Amino acid sequence: MKVHNTLATQTTRRVFATGAISVVAALALSACGGTASTAPSSEAAKQDLKAAGAGTITMWVDAERSPALKDITEKFKSDTGIEVKLVVKDFAAVRDDFITQVPTGQGPDLIVGPHDWIGKFVQNGVIAPVELGDKASQFQDSSIKAMTYNGAVYGVPYAIENIALLRNTSIVDSKANTLDEVVANGKKAVAEGKATFPFLVGMDPKQGDPYHLYPLQSSMGSQVFGKNADGGYDAKQLLIGDAAGVEFAKKLAAWGDAGEKIINSNITGDIAKEKFLAGESPYFLTGPWNVPDVQKKGIKFAVDELPTAGGEAAQPFIGVNGFFISAKSANALATNEFVTNYLTSESAQDSMYTAGGRPPALKASFEKAASDPVVEAFGKIGATGVPMPAIPEMSAVWADWGATELAIIKGQGDPAEAWTKMAASIKSKIGG
Amino acid sequence: MPKPDLHELPASTASTTRVQPPRAAAHQNAVHQNAARLNVRSGRRGPDSLKGTILKIVLLGLVDAFAVYVLMMLFLSQSWAALVVSSLVVLAINWIYLRKGGLPAKYLAPGVLFLLVFQVLVVFFSGYIAFTNYGDGHNSTKEDAIAAIQLTAQKRVPDSPAYKAAVLTKGGTFYLLFTDPSGKAQIGSTEEPLSEVSGAGKDSTGKANSLPGYETLKFQEIVANQQEILKITVPVSEDPADGTLRTADGSTAYQFKPALSYDAATDTFTDSETGKAYRDSGKGAFADANGETLATGWKIDVGMDNFARAFTDPSLRGPLLGVILWTFTFSVASVALTFAVGLFLAITFNREDLRGKKVYRILMILPYAFPAFLSGLVWSGILNPEFGWLNQTLLGGANIGWLTDPVLAKVSVLVVNVWLGFPYMFLVCTGALQSLPTEIDEAARMDGASPWRVFRSIKLPLLLVSVAPLLISSFAFNFNNFNVIYMLTGGGPRFADTDRDIGATDILITLVYKVAFGQGTGRDYGLASALAIIIFVIVATISAISFKQTKALEDVN
Repeated sequence: MKVHNTLATQTTRRVFATGAISVVAALALSACGGTASTAPSSEAAKQDLKAAGAGTITMWVDAERSPALKDITEKFKSDTGIEVKLVVKDFAAVRDDFITQVPTGQGPDLIVGPHDWIGKFVQNGVIAPVELGDKASQFQDSSIKAMTYNGAVYGVPYAIENIALLRNTSIVDSKANTLDEVVANGKKAVAEGKATFPFLVGMDPKQGDPYHLYPLQSSMGSQVFGKNADGGYDAKQLLIGDAAGVEFAKKLAAWGDAGEKIINSNITGDIAKEKFLAGESPYFLTGPWNVPDVQKKGIKFAVDELPTAGGEAAQPFIGVNGFFISAKSANALATNEFVTNYLTSESAQDSMYTAGGRPPALKASFEKAASDPVVEAFGKIGATGVPMPAIPEMSAVWADWGATELAIIKGQGDPAEAWTKMAASIKSKIGG
Repeated sequence: MPKPDLHELPASTASTTRVQPPRAAAHQNAVHQNAARLNVRSGRRGPDSLKGTILKIVLLGLVDAFAVYVLMMLFLSQSWAALVVSSLVVLAINWIYLRKGGLPAKYLAPGVLFLLVFQVLVVFFSGYIAFTNYGDGHNSTKEDAIAAIQLTAQKRVPDSPAYKAAVLTKGGTFYLLFTDPSGKAQIGSTEEPLSEVSGAGKDSTGKANSLPGYETLKFQEIVANQQEILKITVPVSEDPADGTLRTADGSTAYQFKPALSYDAATDTFTDSETGKAYRDSGKGAFADANGETLATGWKIDVGMDNFARAFTDPSLRGPLLGVILWTFTFSVASVALTFAVGLFLAITFNREDLRGKKVYRILMILPYAFPAFLSGLVWSGILNPEFGWLNQTLLGGANIGWLTDPVLAKVSVLVVNVWLGFPYMFLVCTGALQSLPTEIDEAARMDGASPWRVFRSIKLPLLLVSVAPLLISSFAFNFNNFNVIYMLTGGGPRFADTDRDIGATDILITLVYKVAFGQGTGRDYGLASALAIIIFVIVATISAISFKQTKALEDVN
């Protein structure tokens, strides 16, 4: 029996240690489940920041932008004594994390993101409006428009991005205005053996790419949503299925795999970039994010205005990046101070530009950045654009829109029929 | 030092080996040897050595100290349920480890706790979510929703001036001192409407920042008292329709008017312009008479609604059946094919006289070493109809839609999954084969059995005894094999007969993902959890039946 006993004691101790850890874990977990207490305080003015839980502001930011915010956060700290903690988050998951964590009180005070998140944020009640006052006029109109939702401004913009047409100037040396001219130039280059593809635009093999094709669509007079009185998109006016949209669908089929093969469903974004970098095409419909690689490759290029396929202006969707304040920020006043008085400053917007390379939203910073002709060209095109719809209904549009365009490009089914069916499907989702 | 005597070990060892597969028996032996070694090392006896007791007291003390801290926090945050559960857990822990005897409980307690925290709690939580409408627009509590609606309903009065503001205090009340664009100084608080003052001290920018009889707050003080200062709403005049002045940063103030006002007594939001009333619709949102809802709603319990929706929603019901069938086909075929390929290769490379066996084996498990999602991406490149290596190089430029044709996409997914999965089966089968006694093989051959016969009647049944549970787990894994589907086809090509983004290669888990993370109509965690529970029931049932069958296999031997 003695062997048994000794064995038991030994193991019991070990088990005990593990038990202790597990209890700690269990308790820690249950502690997290509780709601944080907010100490009631209406006594005379408190003096100590840290005692009031106001010593820090937490901001969720992506890895690329985090270093650009260092200077301005340091300035804020030396001015006010409040530290801005930059928490680097994965961009793909940060929106949903923010929505789920804000109600628990564990979310940040601030988050960086594109303006089309606003709809989802408001729907879930997780962001607060920001009143910019007179400062709003210092920003480009399009950026403030994009940040406006239901008549209120929800974020401080810092960058605007949109697509343009990159042209390899050593293959085609002159600018063209319409898609027909672009295609003619491209085909000529192919016939002369200077290129393999007349025109490049990346297509997701599963979802197509309605974002990149939108300028063509808008130039034919087709839009997604109508606008209500205050200039915001109105989900009740779904315009995508109108006659202009159907015309666009027919054109898509003509450009697609079964037609002229200008838009090729097998060319993904990566393949399109690779082919343009290899000098195999004179045209590439893309955004500023691909410009650095094109420059690195030493390709001589120009940033052209978006080609029109119909009688109207080719309006790209513009995406505006900005800072949003949590609706449940425990440090709302300091956060507002930081957002409206520090992040709107020229130096902050300048350093965001240096880090991201996207045209700044602040006019003064943009003018400086526009000394770079690429930024200037993208900025000019952006000024003609329309904000990407931020209403939550838009997420019901993307999947159908992309899949239908892809099917039409592939030559599957009748384009007019597919387009009408898509509009009906979107309508039923938004309605229900 | 007493020498360990293996004969003193419990006699059960001998009796258990009979029914155990060889590896399990080896494991048991190891356990006993371990025990013997422990005995050698400690050299002490008796359950209450001084060191042990001290260690026990210290550890238990640490646990209890932490527990008291946690309980206090729970008490302060008024989380009563968590408080009760935590206290019971702490009491149970102390009782288990302080009492004499009850040895099994001392062994079991930590494991059971882990099981509860990491498995049961999670299962119950997703079970709970399945009965709520948690998702986009129903994200938090009703209080949060009301607060958020009130927050967003504040609209700046059009063409109203921007005021500079300073925060003052007198007699424990906070006041805001405003300077309008013309330089006029006015003061007010939540109770006292705006009134003009004279004698205000001004700073260099012309902003009024002090007033005799009041104390001016510095920025640090403003921040330290921000909760109260943000609540200050100074009526512009006696008429509430003129709106109120508020400051968000303590230095500027604007005139706001709510577009919607909330009345707590009737639980109603009223539109200030149209007078339209929004009431609690019982569905976790405020709705007007026409059923039009305010944007922000809250989470409520919806009973079995989500389960009912899974089977009645026309855009979900049609595809759901197809998806369930394909999920079964996919997981059964994946297991069967990977097992067939893995076993075949294992037997091939198990030959004694094969040279370079190690190199082959290493090459064989390479796909296993690849992250599945990465292989998915690589394969989707290889299978691109026009630029993919398969069509361009192997098939001489053929334009075959490996991932875009519904049938071919299913085949491609299976092929890629077999490529990813066979190394595992290869490893498992190699291990099992090597533990089979060679005498049986020899004996069978002496009796004149053909190699095929030896394999079918002797090796395979013996192999299945140890491999069958792994096949079941592999089935469960493939049933939920998200990576391959998501990275290779994303579930596509899409079905034509549904509004939802569901396609020919979608299995249940990718369907759940699409529902949960809103590829179409917004995130819907409630419905996704309901679907997850359905998956759980299916997998659990099949596993239970299969394990029963495995028992029968063991009895054969």
